[in-house]
Formats: sequence, structure tokens, C-alpha cells
Amino acid sequence: MRPAHNYGHPIETGVPRPPHEPMPWVDPATNQTPSTNIDTKQMKSIFREYGARAAGLSLLPVLLAARSWADGPQTTPSIFAPASTPANSIFGLSMFVLGITGAIFVVVGGLLAYAIIRYRAKSSDDASEPPQIYGSVQVELAWTVVPILIVVVLFLTTARIIFAIQDAPKPKDALDVTVVGHQFWWEFRYPTLGIVTANELHVPVSTPQDPEPTYLHLLSADVDHSFWVPQLAGKTDLIPNHPNETWIEPQHTGLYYGQCAQFCGVEHAKMLLRVYVDTPEQFAEWVKDQQQPGVQDPQVAAGRQIFETHACTNCHTIKGTAAGTFGPDLTHLASRATIAAGAAMNTPADLHEWIKDPDHYKPGCLMPAMQLSDQEIDQLVAYLETLH
Amino acid sequence: MADQTLPIGGSLDITPERSERQTLLEWLQAWVVTVDHKRLGILYVVYSIFFLLVAGAEALCIRIQLMIPNNHFVSPETYNELFTMHGTTMVFLVGMPILFGFGNYLVPLMIGARDMAFPRLNAFSFWLTAFGGLLLYYSFIGGFGLYGMGAAPDVGWFAYAPLTTKPFSVGHATDYWALALIVSGFGTLGTAINIIATTLSMRCKGMTLLRMPLFVWLMLVVSALTLITITPLTAAQVMLLIDRYLGGHFFDAQAGGSAIIWIHFFWIFGHPEVYVLVLPVFGVASEIIPVFSRKAIFGYPAMVAASAGIAFVSLGVWAHHMFTVGMTSVGNTFFVLSTMLVGIPTGIKIFNWLATIWGGKVQFRVPMMFCVAFLFQFLIAGLTGIMLSVAPWDWQLHNSYFVIAHFHYVLVGAIIFNIFAAIYYWFPKVTGKMLSETLGKWHFWLFFIGFHMTFDTMHFVGLLGMPRSIYTYEANRGWNHLNMIVSIGAFIQGIAVLVFAFNMMHSLRKGKEAGNDPWDAWTLEWSTPSPPPEYNFATDPEVYSRRPLWDIKHPDDPDWKYE
Repeated sequence: MRPAHNYGHPIETGVPRPPHEPMPWVDPATNQTPSTNIDTKQMKSIFREYGARAAGLSLLPVLLAARSWADGPQTTPSIFAPASTPANSIFGLSMFVLGITGAIFVVVGGLLAYAIIRYRAKSSDDASEPPQIYGSVQVELAWTVVPILIVVVLFLTTARIIFAIQDAPKPKDALDVTVVGHQFWWEFRYPTLGIVTANELHVPVSTPQDPEPTYLHLLSADVDHSFWVPQLAGKTDLIPNHPNETWIEPQHTGLYYGQCAQFCGVEHAKMLLRVYVDTPEQFAEWVKDQQQPGVQDPQVAAGRQIFETHACTNCHTIKGTAAGTFGPDLTHLASRATIAAGAAMNTPADLHEWIKDPDHYKPGCLMPAMQLSDQEIDQLVAYLETLH
Repeated sequence: MADQTLPIGGSLDITPERSERQTLLEWLQAWVVTVDHKRLGILYVVYSIFFLLVAGAEALCIRIQLMIPNNHFVSPETYNELFTMHGTTMVFLVGMPILFGFGNYLVPLMIGARDMAFPRLNAFSFWLTAFGGLLLYYSFIGGFGLYGMGAAPDVGWFAYAPLTTKPFSVGHATDYWALALIVSGFGTLGTAINIIATTLSMRCKGMTLLRMPLFVWLMLVVSALTLITITPLTAAQVMLLIDRYLGGHFFDAQAGGSAIIWIHFFWIFGHPEVYVLVLPVFGVASEIIPVFSRKAIFGYPAMVAASAGIAFVSLGVWAHHMFTVGMTSVGNTFFVLSTMLVGIPTGIKIFNWLATIWGGKVQFRVPMMFCVAFLFQFLIAGLTGIMLSVAPWDWQLHNSYFVIAHFHYVLVGAIIFNIFAAIYYWFPKVTGKMLSETLGKWHFWLFFIGFHMTFDTMHFVGLLGMPRSIYTYEANRGWNHLNMIVSIGAFIQGIAVLVFAFNMMHSLRKGKEAGNDPWDAWTLEWSTPSPPPEYNFATDPEVYSRRPLWDIKHPDDPDWKYE
């Protein structure tokens, strides 16, 4: 039997934060995940709330609500809460298109509603047929020309934004990151900084005084994936043998959620993605820490030996020890908030469960259970937790 | 035939007198060996309704799983199989066969012919399609293969390579998927050829091309489109099988193949496929809306031209499914333009339907209720389609629940609504019995409410960043309540479909007698008895206008005066 606790649910409270990361944006009140299992009381409250929401559900309030949360990261990755240059351009364009389509809906929908009410058969009608009208060239020309004009306007506006985003000149001091999609996790390489990490991307914030966009080079190690952090940019696919590029330029520090948006296999749903947007100072500090080799603490030598003498090294890198590349680089595992591409939190208990039975959090994932005893796993976890 | 073996054909009737009541085997044999277009049409429709229930049940399992975050109703593997089978079944085993079934039944009757041009090809095509479906579902048993892996296909109905190549898809599930679609694809091609030949060469006297009912026109356009679009799909499936079994590298990126080639092939098929599904129901609406508005269709030539225009433009828009794969800015811009162009003929059609209602005496019988709902829903689907054609916005919306909502607005809001309308409208002709109006109204309102709860809400989940194809989601993303609403709506739709199924079975036994022409309609099929005899028309009909029965009913003011 699997323990009922914590089944696949990230719990963000009590995450040990690396001492160098003050994370000023993390507000425990907003960044907290609801409890793991939904009990009856919660179900009731869900139904109650759902009723209230359903009552008030219409396009405008949702849009306004989504927009009012903007100016920074939020746990709901709404495309209407942009916090980065390309996402902002898309948001502006989308509002324009929504305005035009909304107007069309009101006019045509209104005519349709009027027609079915006005022209419904009444009991007072006689049995005669209404006048037969077969068509009218003038009227039909009119409603052909108007849509053509609308298409021209929409097309020109769209083309402008396509070129503005896709062909934006790359500034010299832009940060380069190579993103490699794997079944079912993300590899982030900073070629100019000599850093390799996984699942949690750190980038510097971009300010009007010091604009610093991040250019992402997208590759895939196996099948198609798609990089999507809605608040930062539209999605771009990672396709094997077909390098792609996209860019982000976040204006607010904080934690942004995203996930793989192209079905990539059994655990596609748990290929989650976090982007931490740091202040320049935080980012510099993070870079400095990540460039260090793996910590070698003699107190956890037993765990380290287990790591080195088992098949862990076939897939994982810990700089100075192992150089496997099939799985995430673990050199600074303890500096990350989550494990298993966001499927679980980086706590000793979750890490233990993950190593013991990876299928517990991600059934079908490619990491095998290593058949270690609980004691060995505890030692291994103790070692991994030192890898700041 | 028995008498042909005698020296003087037909001089002596040696056929033994048959008992009045057929035995079960005789009854079954009559249906299996039939080459009658009406029986084959019914077979298509019954087959599709069966798979509609199956794929609907799959959708309900999907919605139970997504009701609450981190649910464990089904495993990830099962979930992936469910959405793959739901999509594949609905497109290939429900949508296409049911529409070709309507075409089979109605095209000869509407053009005054006694059967399709190639009756045996017709039967062959149906059985290919039927066995294709069985092959797909056999994967639940046979997909395990020697590897003990797989069961049903789990690669999505779009089946993007290289996820479908051997290293990532062991077992035989993907093979069943590919083979089933090849087999049913050949069936579809046969039917398409048959419909083209029938409409071009079997029309009765006076039935010029520009007097054909719009449904027949649309089936002609769709059949031509089918010939073009099924081919790349079949080619892609063959390439996939070569990759999987003969060491090919079409899609094997590590050996220099291209994953993008698959995406191109799939959508060169896949986008026109949407029009293959939606154009016939435009035909259905163009038959039903005039009859219940009591007016001739407004702008018939424009409707024909717009249909052909949509079909033509639809061949050049496929890469709007690929705005995120990394095309150049110029490539993206081209497909933005071609996609937006679809809006123009589509707009013409909506305006013409509106103008047909305008000034009429609209009778809200059940078929018309479904058609009016279709008009509203198709308007919205068209507008969200424009949003998706805006490439930068599509970079956000692509593969999110917004896209799911959009295409279900087309596939359910337009196509399924019109299929229901068509069944309520032509059921009396096919069976001789009326469907119950009361049950029909229950069916309509339940389905309408459920549809809007589900698919309106899905748009918002997508805007809030929920991607498609995920078997579960995090609890803190703000998607929980919306997903609950979506799921409840799905169950209401499920109940509505059960009401519909009950209505069909109930009315078949106890329904009111329909008579030849219960709706006071104007096309040729309503001049035959209900159900029509095997030969359809005792003598060849002759028509003088687009509405032959109108001419007969209104000899003082016939249509041909105005054409």
C-alpha cells in the first residue's frame, strides 16, 4: 500500500529555502497550495463556490479579474496577466481582436435573435406562405465587402505583431539559455555561464534602465515538447532535429508557472516548469552558487557512496562525481524548490518517496526504482540535501 | 437472379413464395448483403450512433478524471488512451460515417435516382469503414503485442511523430491506429467517388447542377475534398508503418528524419478534414432552415459558390495548426492571411441563413431548434476561429483548453447539433414514424444547457493557461471550479443523448405515423412513401426548379418562373 500522504501534490509550506535566496516575492499566503486530499468539507465548499461562480460567470468579469491580478507573477498562469514584453504585445493584440469579434458577435447575434423572435410563426397567422425572396445581389455584395475590410484590418495588425515579436533584434547583452526538452523534464543550460540545471529556470528581471531579455534556444532530446509560461510569452515547440528560438523579457520579479504544452507521452501532465525572475543581485548570486562544484560534506559520505556505486551515475551528473546526461543535473539539487519536474516538493520526505518509487509521483516516468533499503535511501537523501 | 438461368428470362416465376415473417438469419442476411443505398445509409448511421455512445462514454471518463485536481479515477496511461480513442473515434467512426450515411441515403432520393452509381462499391466502402472501426477497437485486446505494452493507442488523435515511432511507442497500439485509419480511409474514398459519380451522372430529368438541393451540392464538394485530403493521411500512415517495421527514417529525427514532416502531412489532411465534417451539416441546415422558415433559401448561387470557396481555401490553411513549431515570420503571416480568408465565405453563409429566416414564418419544431442553436454556436465558433488565426495570440491559445473549446464548438455546437436536427428531420422519411416532439424538446434543452456549461467554460480554463492532453493538474492554478462546471455540463449532455436514444427506440415502435411529407417540404425525397420503396421512384421524376414539390403545391406561383 502506498501512503496516503502527499500523493503527487506539491506542498509549498515548509520548503527549505537556500539561505542565499531571500525570495522577497514569496508570500506564504498566496503561494500556498491547497491541502493534499480533498475531503468532503472541501468538496462542499467547492460546490458552493462553483455555484456562486457559475452565477456570476460572463466574459467581462473574468477578463477584468484576470487583468487586475496582473503586474507580477500569480499562481494562475493567465494569458491576460502578461508580465513580459512579448506577452504584453500579444495581450494588446488580443484585446484589439476581442473588441472586433465582440462587435461582430453583438451585431450578427443581435440580428439573429431579432429574426427568430420577430418572424416566429404565430397562432393568429393564416395558412398562407410568406413572400418568397430568392436573393439580392446588392445585399449579398454588401455583406461580402464588409468582412473583406475587417479581414484586411485584422491581417495588417496581426502581421505587425508577428514581425515585432519574431524578428525583434537581439540585444548584445541578452542572456542565452539552451532549453532541452526530455520525457518528462526540462534541462536548462547557460552556455556563457557554464551552468546546467533542470526544471527551474532563473533569469534576471528586465528594467527600462537596464533591459535584459533572455533568449531561449529550444531543443529536444526525444519527442516534441512545447515551452509555455503564459505570463511571459506564447509557446514555442521543442522539436528534435529542428532548433527553435523564443525570448522573454520579464518586468516583474517572482515565480512564474508554466508547463509542457505539447503531448509528449505518459507523464506529459507532470512536465511542469518554473521560471524565477530575479533581481540583478539575486541573479548574480545564484549564478555564483551554481558555478561551484558539488558540495562534498564528509558527514554524508555514506550517501555519496551509495550514489556513486549504484546506477544513479548512469543518468545523473553531480559535478566532480558523476556525468550521466539522461536525467537532470543534480549538482545543485538542494537549491531547487521541486523535484521530478514539479511533481513533488524538494523535501527530505518527498525525495525519499521519489527515490524509493518514482512511479508514486509520476507513474510511467523513466526513472527506475533502485531497490534500495529505507536506510540507504535516508543516507542518499541526506547526501542529496547537502547539494546546495 | 434466379430467372436469368432460364432460357426465357422472366417467363416463368420460379421464386418460391416466401413466408411473411423473415427468420432472424434471413433478416440479418438481407442487411449484410444489401447494396441498397438506403439500407447502407441506415447501416452507416446506426454504426455511427453506436460509436457516438462509445466515444461519449470515453469523454465522460475524461471529465470525471478532471473534475478535481490530482484525481486518481484513471491512471495516466488509461487517460492518454481515452483522449486518443475519443478523438479518433469521434472524427473517423462517428463524424465521417454518419455524414456519408446521410449522403448515401439522401443524395439519390434528392436527385431523383434509383440508387447510387456504384451500388456494390457502396456496400464495399461501408464494410471497409466498419471493419476499420473494429480494427481500431480490437487494439484494446491486441495492442499489447509481444511486449506486453500498450493496449489502446495513446499518442493523441494527431499522433505527432516521433512519439509514434518504435522507440517511444512499443507494442502494437500505434499499428492498430495506423492500419484502422488506412482501412476506413479507403472506405471513405470509395464512398466519395460514388457520390461524385452519382451526382454528376444520375440526376433525373430537369435536375441541372444549379437545381440540386444544397445538401447534394455540399456532399459533392465534400466528396471532392475527401479525395484530396484522405490521400496525405494514408501516405503519412504508410510512411509511419515503414518507419516502424522496415527501418525507414521519415520521422526518425536522430537518423536525419523530420518530425515536422508528420505535422505537415497530418494537418494537410486534418484541416480540410474539419471542413469535410462541417460542410455536409451546412447542407443539412440549408435544407431545414428554409422549410421551417417557410421560405426559399436566400442566395442559392452564393451558397454554392461560398461552399466551393470554403473547400478551396481550406486546402491552403493547414499550417495555422503549426504557428508554434517555429516557422519563419513570413510563413506565419501567409497562413494568417489564408486562414482569415475562410471567414469571408463562411460569413456569407451565415448571412444567407439569417436572410432566409428574415421575413419568414418560423416554426420551432425540434429540427429547427437544433438548427437555430447551430447558427448561434457556429457564429461563436467562427469568431474564436478568427482569434486563433491571429498567430501571436495563437502562440498563447494553441494546445490550450481554448482550442479544445473552439473545435468542440465546431464539432459539437455545429456538427452534432445539425446531425441531431437531420435525424429529427429525416427519421420520419426513413422509418415512417415521427420522433416524439416532447422527448425531442427535452433532448434539445438538456443538450443545449450541457453544451454551453461545458464548452463555454472551457474557453476560460484555456485563457487561464490550462494545456490540453494533461491527465491531471495542480490544485493552485485556479482551474478547479471551472473544470467542475465543465464536467457537470458533460454529464448533462450525456443524459440528453440517452433521452435521444430512448426517443429513437420508443418512436420506432410507438411513434405517430409520418406520411409522405410531414414537414410540408419541397425536395424530391418527400414525394416518396415513408419509408421509400427499394426502387425509390416508380417512374422517373422530372423537375423544373430547385423546389419541385413547391411547384406542385403552388401551381399558381411556381418557382421556375423566377429561376
